Amino acid sequence: MNRKVSALVSKYKVGTLFFLPFFTLFVIFVVLPIFTAIGTSFTDYDLLNPGKFVGLSNYRLLLFDDDIFVTALKNTLVFALFSGPIGYLASFFMAWIINQLRFKSVFALAFYAPSITSSVAMSVVWLYIFSSDRYGFANNLLYNMGFINQPILWNQDATTIMPIIILISIWMSMGTGFLVFLAGLQNVSPDICEAGQIDGIRNRFQELVYITLPQMKPQLLFGAINAISGAFGVFDIAVAFAGMPSPGYAAHTLVAHLYDYAFVRFEMGYASAVACVLFLLTFFFGRICMKVFASND
Amino acid sequence: MKYRIFTKRQLVARILLYLAVLLMLAFTALPLIYVVLTAFKPLDELLRFPPTFFVSRPTMTNFSDLVTTLGSSDVPFLRYIFNSLLTTVITVFLSVIVCCMGAYGMVKHKVPFSNFIFLIIVSALMFSGHVTQISNFMIVNSLGLVDTYWALIIPKIAVAFNFFMVKQFIEQMPDAYLEAARIDGAGETLIFTRLVMPYLRPAVATLTVFSFVNNWNDYFSPLIFITKEQLKTLPLALQSIGESGNIARAGAMAAATFLMTLPTILVFSFMQRQVIQTMAHSGIKA
Repeated sequence: MNRKVSALVSKYKVGTLFFLPFFTLFVIFVVLPIFTAIGTSFTDYDLLNPGKFVGLSNYRLLLFDDDIFVTALKNTLVFALFSGPIGYLASFFMAWIINQLRFKSVFALAFYAPSITSSVAMSVVWLYIFSSDRYGFANNLLYNMGFINQPILWNQDATTIMPIIILISIWMSMGTGFLVFLAGLQNVSPDICEAGQIDGIRNRFQELVYITLPQMKPQLLFGAINAISGAFGVFDIAVAFAGMPSPGYAAHTLVAHLYDYAFVRFEMGYASAVACVLFLLTFFFGRICMKVFASND
Repeated sequence: MKYRIFTKRQLVARILLYLAVLLMLAFTALPLIYVVLTAFKPLDELLRFPPTFFVSRPTMTNFSDLVTTLGSSDVPFLRYIFNSLLTTVITVFLSVIVCCMGAYGMVKHKVPFSNFIFLIIVSALMFSGHVTQISNFMIVNSLGLVDTYWALIIPKIAVAFNFFMVKQFIEQMPDAYLEAARIDGAGETLIFTRLVMPYLRPAVATLTVFSFVNNWNDYFSPLIFITKEQLKTLPLALQSIGESGNIARAGAMAAATFLMTLPTILVFSFMQRQVIQTMAHSGIKA
């Protein structure tokens, strides 16, 4: 028995010692919080008094009585379903093109730069372009071209807020996927492409579909997973562009709702229920991507 | 260097392709160029109607305004820059060390249940960090760390994304290196610092970039953890200058936006080559 234990210890000792700092912090700040959030979502808890178990009532409130939550859910889904796929496809397409050009790294930097900027800082620029008076670039341009007589209230009108936030966030989010794809494209072996040409691949598009894409599944999956967690976590840019609360809750997202209940009202139970919905959504879409981009080998 | 001879049709297609790419790059780069130009515009150019894109009389006054006039709320603007730099640099440093050690332990040694643990780490890539913020707040609060720099550092050291990147990279490292060192009698600490870390340099550069960008730009963590004015970071400060809507501050705002944007782009462009090299191993096999 004793010998077994000491054998185990010597087998795992070094690895575990190296792994322990990461593991401890990861469990405390990433793994346990998921379970705490699930647990807290069944309670009524305000940080001061001990939590009270209330069963499913937070979820009942959320789904049937909280119109603002339903708006937030709808906004988040609309946002994610537009900005996610468009940003993903655009970044793949650009990586594919830029990879075939000269001066690759200059092009890559220019394309990637927006995604490492701060959304709070960039909202200053976008607010300037979409400013609601005639000083704004967009209004100025439309006015001079004779499309409008009165300035469009870009960040106050509930119908224009969401499309612009989608545009800004596509602008900001294309980069991460782009880098992964660009790196992945450089891995695709030229030998297989040559073999493909012998086997009757005639143009670049056929090469893309039959040779490049299947080889890039792992990168495509990594890019997709990043796109999902980014698209469902939208918050900064919405707040910076339209304020909080936004006019008619047009820019109110799940994270905004979570923030409002958790850190303004301190209703931790209710906010945790929102977090769980967000968690389930991202997990659900993540699993779908895992299925779609599964590598066969 | 390989030269290709194009037919006329191919040449036209090639030119159209470059034009399309340039158009796309205009969409991504123009707002950033605008940030740079605006930071050097004098106030009358900032408020000119119709608005102008280029700067005709560049000046540094916006930057001196930023340092002097924004001291109105008792906290000089330089303090926000200091706070951002300090917390970002410490977080990046610790995250790089902890993630490299962890990945080394998991890949080159044995860790119990490592397949299962790695599966959890990959799953953690999927959900946005906001999901865990409520519990993180409760933990940080119970440790009494709200309104300290530590609140911005400790929860962001063990990041799944960072661990994942190093792990994928270190798998390419040949075991023979390590074996040779062990036969020569090198201890594990020595092997890690002298062999593993130098080998991981591209991955470390990449982590530094991503970790720097994420923490420098992070708006949510300081928003929930920091209420003291003198501990606030740049994104919060920028947000509050913007909200004040004071037109006289337009110049200072332009300078602050510039200062907020510049560091991440500089860091990335210095390390671009290593980042792409590391990202090549970033795929997930499902």
